[in-house]
Amino acid sequence: MVFDHVGKIFPDGTEALADINFTVNPGEFVTVVGPSGCGKSTLLRIASGLDHETSGDCRIDRSNIGYVFQDATLLPWRNVKANVELLAELHGMSATERAELSRPAIELVGLSGFESHYPRQLSGGMRMRVSLARSLVLRPPVFLFDEPFGALDEITRELMNEEALRLFTHEGFAGLFITHSISEAIFMSTTVHVMSARPGKIVASYDIPFEYPRSPDLRFEPEFARLNGELSRALRGAHS
Amino acid sequence: MSDVQPPVVPGEIKKISRPAGSLASRIIPPLVVFVGFMSLWYLYAASLEERERKATLAYPHQVLQDFFGGGPTGDQPGELIKAFGLSAMVALVGLIIAMILGLTFAILMNQAKWIETSFYPYAIFLQTVPILALVPLIGLNIGFGLPSRVLVAVIISLFPIITNTLFGLKSAEKGLHEIFTLHDASRMTRLFKLQIPAALPAMFTGFQISAGLSVIGSIVGGFFFGRGAKGLGNRVQVYANNLRPAELIAAILLSALLGLAFFLFFGWLGKRMTRNWHQPI
Ligand SMILES: Nc1ncnc2c1ncn2[C@@H]1O[C@H](COP(=O)(O)OP(=O)(O)OP(=O)(O)O)[C@@H](O)[C@H]1O
Ligand SMILES: [Mg+2]
Repeated sequence: MVFDHVGKIFPDGTEALADINFTVNPGEFVTVVGPSGCGKSTLLRIASGLDHETSGDCRIDRSNIGYVFQDATLLPWRNVKANVELLAELHGMSATERAELSRPAIELVGLSGFESHYPRQLSGGMRMRVSLARSLVLRPPVFLFDEPFGALDEITRELMNEEALRLFTHEGFAGLFITHSISEAIFMSTTVHVMSARPGKIVASYDIPFEYPRSPDLRFEPEFARLNGELSRALRGAHS
Repeated sequence: MSDVQPPVVPGEIKKISRPAGSLASRIIPPLVVFVGFMSLWYLYAASLEERERKATLAYPHQVLQDFFGGGPTGDQPGELIKAFGLSAMVALVGLIIAMILGLTFAILMNQAKWIETSFYPYAIFLQTVPILALVPLIGLNIGFGLPSRVLVAVIISLFPIITNTLFGLKSAEKGLHEIFTLHDASRMTRLFKLQIPAALPAMFTGFQISAGLSVIGSIVGGFFFGRGAKGLGNRVQVYANNLRPAELIAAILLSALLGLAFFLFFGWLGKRMTRNWHQPI
């Protein structure tokens, strides 16, 4: 996935992105942090093909992309199993194929036993897991995450981070992750890019040296704290 | 995919709440109103009797007698019940035709903007034309029998079905549409797997409104079109002309009851269809 001098100006004249340059290779987990409204969602929409760049070039194989939205976007009339099977269904798979694909995905996000629950019977965190399982079913080699855990409390968010990271080491996809949370960014990523306020530009990039798999205790390491401080300062700079 | 997550703690599951309120608190207040209303009715009817204007209003118990025929002013026993059945039939057939037409039009309008812009003004016309003014014209053209009564019921109940369904079809969230876009879903897939399910609650709201209207249509139609079997509308007219207030009131009450039954049935059906996901209001 390559962003090559990507820029975006909306028809109303809003300049959301300017000169974005970076690459995400298979096996890399790249995170973009930046202030609210700086164009992070726009970046993912361009990557997915839902929106188009107005300058530069975004090169990516769009044949099979996993995309987890900012909210769970489940079909309220479908239970967990049917929601998880949606994408397989859209690609015309048979019921048995779908069941074979959805079962391990539901298991992987820890929702076994909840297959016949409806979204309104689930907590926010559980709905997000359903959304995650839905994207996993087609085993995409490229994954886009748009602040998927932004609405969760801190502990749930950390648990979900660990879960997502396990999926990453398990599946080895190329991940592009958006977040407001610096510790989330460091914990998950191979690389973190800091974006400036609108129009969004990459103002600083950090390679995160920790090995995978990462233990939850990594968050208490001095090196983690040092990176956290450094990124916080960069982000503070990006706000002004 | 082998490693399995610890199960979710039970506390994470939300209880499905049912609207609370004891039976007594829901039944006693309307009962008090009913008793009060009945008392006023008796008082008023008695005062009319004193002034010897019995022909304008009857006592409630006389009305009750007329439900079963053979009331004080004498009709064939069961006449009113038969008329009730016929009007219900006309309303139901009209409603079903309106549903088929309404859903078809709403879906077509949703599929192509030009269909919507071409037909929507006429849908509004259906809504704004006074049905009473249209009825004679219908009679002149297709006769004064049952088909005309059904047609009146169709015309009066078409609009709410079209507008509510159309609104419902457009109500699916943008994020859900984007998932379908990302996976190259066809028009039909989007319609059947996203838009129609999303439209169900609004669709049933439309059915519910139209169910009440179709009863009105069937009775208004019956009022004018006396050919063939007699419905409630015809009874209303006959009793009014012959100054038979007890039976007139019985006919009015039955008409209202019929509308209410239709209304409640579709409300219940709609709730049932969406009970797993429709947010309690
Ligand atoms: N369709 C649009 N037309 C015009 N402007 C838009 C459109 N979509 C987004 N914008 C603007 O582009 C900017 C970037 O929006 P975007 O949603 O990408 O921000 P974001 O970084 O994801 O914000 P947040 O962190 O709050 O989710 C915002 O200022 C927004 O107002
Ligand atoms: Mg956003």
